[in-house]
Amino acid sequence: MNINKTDFESPHVELKNVTFSRGERVIYDDISMVFPKGKITAIMGPSGIGKTTLLRLIGGQLYPDSGDIIVSGQNIPKLSRKELYAVREKMSMLFQSGALFTEMNVFDNVAFPIREHTKLPEDIIRTMVLMKLEAVGLRGAYQLMPNELSGGMARRAALARSIALDPELIMYDEPFVGQDPISMGVLVRLIRNLNTSLNLTSIVVSHDVKEVMGIADYIYIIADKRVIGYGTKEQLLESDSPLVQQFLKGLADGPVPFHYPAPSISQDLMQG
Amino acid sequence: MDWIQNLGKNTIERFSAIGRASFMLFGAIVAKPNFVKGFPLFTKQVYVIGVLSLVIILVSGLFIGMVLALQGYTVLVDYGAEDSLGQMVSLSLLRELGPVVTALLFAGRAGSALTAEIGLMKATEQLTSLEMMAVDPLRRVIAPRFWAGVFSMPILAMLFSSVGLLGGHLVGVEWLGVDQGSFWSIMQASVEFEGDILNGIIKSIVFAIVVTWIAIFRGYDAIPTSEGISQATTQTVVQSSLAVLGLDFVLTALMFGS
Repeated sequence: MNINKTDFESPHVELKNVTFSRGERVIYDDISMVFPKGKITAIMGPSGIGKTTLLRLIGGQLYPDSGDIIVSGQNIPKLSRKELYAVREKMSMLFQSGALFTEMNVFDNVAFPIREHTKLPEDIIRTMVLMKLEAVGLRGAYQLMPNELSGGMARRAALARSIALDPELIMYDEPFVGQDPISMGVLVRLIRNLNTSLNLTSIVVSHDVKEVMGIADYIYIIADKRVIGYGTKEQLLESDSPLVQQFLKGLADGPVPFHYPAPSISQDLMQG
Repeated sequence: MDWIQNLGKNTIERFSAIGRASFMLFGAIVAKPNFVKGFPLFTKQVYVIGVLSLVIILVSGLFIGMVLALQGYTVLVDYGAEDSLGQMVSLSLLRELGPVVTALLFAGRAGSALTAEIGLMKATEQLTSLEMMAVDPLRRVIAPRFWAGVFSMPILAMLFSSVGLLGGHLVGVEWLGVDQGSFWSIMQASVEFEGDILNGIIKSIVFAIVVTWIAIFRGYDAIPTSEGISQATTQTVVQSSLAVLGLDFVLTALMFGS
């Protein structure tokens, strides 16, 4: 499969020349990315390079030093608070921890965004919530409190909550971390199915190469403050960039350093 | 020269914290009120913050009233003035101990809990996820807690003083044998509504604002790690206790110093 040109004519999310730094440390240096509508785009890269930061930039929780972040035609950093909240109603984010509200049970957690943003009667909300829970296989667990759920179940309950209002864009922050093989498989299929049935635009941040390769339509590989590889699975596998090959094959030696910058080990050991 | 640098750094940090705290409070309370959604949240917090603090407030009030009566009696009886025990107990409670001790206990009981709760909500990304759901955490989480604290503490202080008076009565009249009639009548004659009761209530409203504000800000501003939250909780108790005692002096000087 090659890049389909029509996917890029009206991208859902687009980053144009974004630079972002935390204090002195530059996280992104003039980065540009495109996320086509209705597709799953994965962002991969070594840990600690700010993949989550990227999602927060798209969600408008952080502001870039320069550059534009366009979501559904609106430039996120330039929006007023009210406009930003209006855009956020159409996007949702699945946090690494799930971030369920601990004082509510699973049902109320999933019902929360519906109750906040609509004036629907309780019986319709009940139907909607049970349908979302059915989709993630937790309809039987609707009465449980978040502390009674396992990690995998909490993530699925949170997924039900993030699709409660049928968003147009959903961002997954490391959805596969710490999942057992069964819930991993379930999650992968869920993300794929949700995307096809609801025609969502999905952005998946992850460093699980195998899982991502299984579901993503397009893949970005980020390292060293910039995009080092982009394309479909096949294109990346055929890529002759040593950076991309190192990442996909999980080699410690290569252009991307495994070690955090440090003086040479002999120098460090001799000092003690 | 290091200490000058540190002084400057600390001063800047203090002021920037005050600035952040003000922005937070401003964002939380300056909004079009939504009573339909806000009221249930508010009543729930009044229960958590106020009602659940009742036991510690009432028990402390009772004992402090009893101790006041006991101590006061031993001094007053030397001058044959034990009939004025009611006046002494009531003025101490209404003017000082009621508002101040309530605020200190409130900081320890409810303030620390508020900080830890909000800090943990931050650490577990619940606040961020609210924001991503287009729900303002300042209005949803911070505002109801702030108003509940400001509403609860003056009531707790009044209950504290009332129970303290009963404790004073218990020890002074029932145990030490002060005349019941003079205990109550001298108290009634000497306590003024405006000068004593109202000033006490004003004090406790000021303390309520300061303690609740510090508690929610420390939680909201906490570094989202276990160490950060433990530090924030400690800071809440230390800073709000110091603020209460310092403000008490200022308010007392304004109200009673002539």
